[in-house]
Amino acid sequence: MRPFTKHTGLAAPLDLANVDTDMIIPKQFLKSIKRTGFGKNLFDELRYEDEGQPDQECTGRPIRKDFVLNQARYQGASVLLARQNFGCGSSREHAPWALDDYGFRAIIAPSFADIFYNNCFKNGLLPIVLAPEEVDQLFAEVAASEGAEVVVDLEAQTVTSPSGDVFEFLVDTFRKHCLLNGLDDIGLTLQQEDSIHRFEEKRMAAAPWLFLSRGQ
Amino acid sequence: MSGKTLYDKLWDSHLVQQRDDGSALIYIDLQLLHEVTSPQAFEGLRLAGRKPWRVSSSLATPDHNVPTTQKERVDGVNGIEDPVSKIQVTTLDDNCNEFGITEFSMKDIRQGIVHVVGPEQGATLPGMTVVCGDSHTSTHGAFGALAHGIGTSEVEHVLATQCLVQKKSRNMLVRVDGELSPWVSAKDVVLAIIGAIGTAGGTGYAIEFGGTGIQSLSMEGRMTVCNMAIEAGARVGLIAVDDTTIEYVKGRPYAPKGEHWDMAVEAWRDLVSDKDAQFDEVVVLKSEDIKPQVTWGTSPEMVIAIDEAIPRAEDQTDPVKKEGYARAWKYMGLEGKTTLADVTLDRVFIGSCTNSRIEDLRIAAQVVKGRKVASTLKQAIVVPGSGLVKAQAEKEGLHTIFEEAGLEWREPGCSMCLAMNADKLGAGEHCASTSNRNFEGRQGFGGRTHLVSPAMAAAAAIAGHFVDVNEFVKH
Repeated sequence: MRPFTKHTGLAAPLDLANVDTDMIIPKQFLKSIKRTGFGKNLFDELRYEDEGQPDQECTGRPIRKDFVLNQARYQGASVLLARQNFGCGSSREHAPWALDDYGFRAIIAPSFADIFYNNCFKNGLLPIVLAPEEVDQLFAEVAASEGAEVVVDLEAQTVTSPSGDVFEFLVDTFRKHCLLNGLDDIGLTLQQEDSIHRFEEKRMAAAPWLFLSRGQ
Repeated sequence: MSGKTLYDKLWDSHLVQQRDDGSALIYIDLQLLHEVTSPQAFEGLRLAGRKPWRVSSSLATPDHNVPTTQKERVDGVNGIEDPVSKIQVTTLDDNCNEFGITEFSMKDIRQGIVHVVGPEQGATLPGMTVVCGDSHTSTHGAFGALAHGIGTSEVEHVLATQCLVQKKSRNMLVRVDGELSPWVSAKDVVLAIIGAIGTAGGTGYAIEFGGTGIQSLSMEGRMTVCNMAIEAGARVGLIAVDDTTIEYVKGRPYAPKGEHWDMAVEAWRDLVSDKDAQFDEVVVLKSEDIKPQVTWGTSPEMVIAIDEAIPRAEDQTDPVKKEGYARAWKYMGLEGKTTLADVTLDRVFIGSCTNSRIEDLRIAAQVVKGRKVASTLKQAIVVPGSGLVKAQAEKEGLHTIFEEAGLEWREPGCSMCLAMNADKLGAGEHCASTSNRNFEGRQGFGGRTHLVSPAMAAAAAIAGHFVDVNEFVKH
């Protein structure tokens, strides 16, 4: 997993509460055999006027011009400003996969749906909970000046607004450690590589028939 | 100190590391892979630049969306008409090639439903931990193995680390005492168990099935019972190792040989719960009380004996049950009906990881032999669980019996159990199915599933509606 330490990026404001995972990535795209490539269909129904199909080329599709990510000033955004209960709905990991694939590194909202919040950490995406008035201020500052950037510092647990105000946020110590070091579950388990090898040797001695190679 | 349960023994022998928060790192001996839940796991490995920890621990075969008609099967993967299904199957082939994992691809006679193939090859062995991205992995517990379904992230985790982060479940013993009545099968036993404890009755538990009613079952029957442990809410179902287990495993392609065999058998003999083992929960059923079962609703716990009246919503006291029953009655179109014999069937499906093994097909063939499928039926299909099951059935002439009776003889796969391929129910159609889930839409949008044993499905195919197979065969 890609580590997250400090990130400075263009912020895009998505002024909508209760954004669910179906909005983030509609069901027809779950047929994909990949964990990548969902970015072009991120927020598909909010973003395009037609109904998207898997494997469809999206460049020629009619877009909803008023949607935030379709506006020229937010091209290249990597921090998403959102409203309460972001990511509610299903447990599909395709939702964080799509946000990550689009290019987002962090999402700032007053609250997140539980499962989505968890899934983000598994995918190197940082969900940040700030107080509602702090989120309001960020929305206002970002709207006021084109190209406004925010700074997210995970080590310091702070978000710095375009005007320089610093907001602190909370994050679970263990999750912070994993994200700072780019450790996913697999990475963590692999830290126990020696224990696994030791166990395997013991098991191989006790049950050698389990370790024979299989021919085709 | 009290003795250990079989589950305790399997857990302890695979414990790599116990963590302070109660979770543990468990070593996995065998991972079965299929085309639907593995692509993102392989993709994950590639993106992280990781290799499988031990390729010889994995075995793959496509099953969920492979077509079952001859026409679509002659060209292997190239013959699949649905492009999305074709990509998934091709991807499994490619991933297995790239990572060096043994795969029984579509043209291999050993291809079939993962939970039929693993035991058939002797890949599933007593004392193992077995995982697969499929909830019916509990099937393999029939061998005294610790087996359960996992998600795609965990599939990747096991591929990369050979381990899984788990919390230990509690122990439940479900004992079935006494000799089963004629024509009462493993499927009836497990449906009766689910009816007794409910679909959440086993949640948080590893269920060990025991008692003379279980011990008398063949390995095929034991697999049917463990297969549906998940339908009782338990991820793990287990049955102790005995002579039946060892006889079944002996001589299978991947089973240990020679000196290893003797060593293994000695170790496997200990795969039983100690006499003084303590279970957190014990449920006892009497074999004599179990009659042929049929589900009437949209959950496996909505099940009755063939001679019982369909339970009505208004007779329920629990408000949640009342609402659930009312919804199920409506979905299943039961208004005006009293018993399940009143339901006119549209289709019959004999197959799935629950009931597609040779013994299942033999029983079904025995029931339909010399008879004809009801003219009111739109379709009756028999889908063997693997290419080898199919070959064995054909050697015994079972396919001829089915075809002469008017049932279609298909190629192996999951088929109509979950309708990911072309085999599905139309809206409102009733199906007698030997599969494991009767959820809304499971076998096709608006489809109405009734879960039964192979013998009951076969009898229903001839009668056009549900009948007690015990009575049926007398005529």
